[in-house]
Amino acid sequence: MNNILEVRDLNKSYDTFSLKDVSFEIPQGYIMGFIGPNGAGKTTTIKSILNMIHYQSGEVKLLGMDSKDKAALINEQIGVVVDSPLYVEDWTMSDVELAVSPFYRHWDSEKYAELLKRFGIEKKKKVKELSRGMKVKIQIAVALSHEAKLLILDEPTSGLDPVARDELCDILADFVIDENKSVLFSTHITADLEKIADYITFILNGRIVFSGSKENLLEKYVLVKGGQREINSEQRKLIIGLREYGTGFEGIAEAKSIVRFPKNLLIEPVTLDEIIIYMNKGAKLHE
Amino acid sequence: MKIIVSNRSGVPIYEQIKAQIKEAIFSGELQEDDLLPSIRQLAKDLKISVITSTRAYNDLEEEGFIVSVQGKGCYVLPQNKEMARENALRKVEFGLTDAISAAKAGGITKDEVAEMLKVLYKEDDYE
Repeated sequence: MNNILEVRDLNKSYDTFSLKDVSFEIPQGYIMGFIGPNGAGKTTTIKSILNMIHYQSGEVKLLGMDSKDKAALINEQIGVVVDSPLYVEDWTMSDVELAVSPFYRHWDSEKYAELLKRFGIEKKKKVKELSRGMKVKIQIAVALSHEAKLLILDEPTSGLDPVARDELCDILADFVIDENKSVLFSTHITADLEKIADYITFILNGRIVFSGSKENLLEKYVLVKGGQREINSEQRKLIIGLREYGTGFEGIAEAKSIVRFPKNLLIEPVTLDEIIIYMNKGAKLHE
Repeated sequence: MKIIVSNRSGVPIYEQIKAQIKEAIFSGELQEDDLLPSIRQLAKDLKISVITSTRAYNDLEEEGFIVSVQGKGCYVLPQNKEMARENALRKVEFGLTDAISAAKAGGITKDEVAEMLKVLYKEDDYE
């Protein structure tokens, strides 16, 4: 299987925060969710991939090409979607096309018009008149009009209502029906990812905690709940992000460790949200 | 053919897809050489990941229900009678297991259950 994106041992230090040996890859034809709490390093990683910031060491390969050597060629193959686009507020949709199309050799004007129509955005509408959902869509329309092979979305769903989020998921699923295209989707709204993502990369405090198929991640951990007296101090150490309260405790544990717990505990499948919450808590407890 | 998935049932989604395709094959709704929806189309339609739909189809292929033809799609394979019989037997076993636990819970004896079965089976014969 070919990888559309390969990130190897990326290091980037700021005064108070650093990315440490960040590595992961996205195979062609799949959607990868990029998750982690605020400040974990999602945006820094994405900016490094896009060559928007300088990183101290590491390697980013897009479609097998080194991202620093072939920056211009690579930028054509990537579509970027952010929370609020960098278009001038007074631009109409036609102005947006005039402004961005010269940067792409394969700009398809007909496709742009067709996508605007499909997304229900009039060409004479101004950027400032667009709803949040439409601002995301216009960026996707631009990406698809220049034949992007990789869509990188940085928190595009944070301000969207459920209807707009569902539409976005549909558009992404449609995008990867073509087996050569992939998506890197950074979001806090993990419910969307639980449905459509094939792979998950989970970053915490600048380090990759997990990168692999979503099924493997969700099968790797379980949610454990029980009474405080039901576990001993050894078993307590197996629980990540342990939270104790008056009448019980809860936390997550590796699924393979459950044989070491008493049988009467409540053991449930875990969600992506719970993995983020408890892992984050677990990391703080160790500080 | 109908394929729907529940996100709340607790049954893995690939299992749900497998079960429904098998059912369609056993009922004759899907016949030999019928083309199944493509893996990626199915993922999009059901709003699930491509890995999930791929897993369902891979399992079905391993179990001899379908075959995937490179560049064309997945087709239904001919089913032998032996397998259909196995499946029917399994269904009967499930039903009987249910009946037995209901009987035990209600204090009904094995002989009574056997008698009931005989009567019901005969009734069916006369129809």
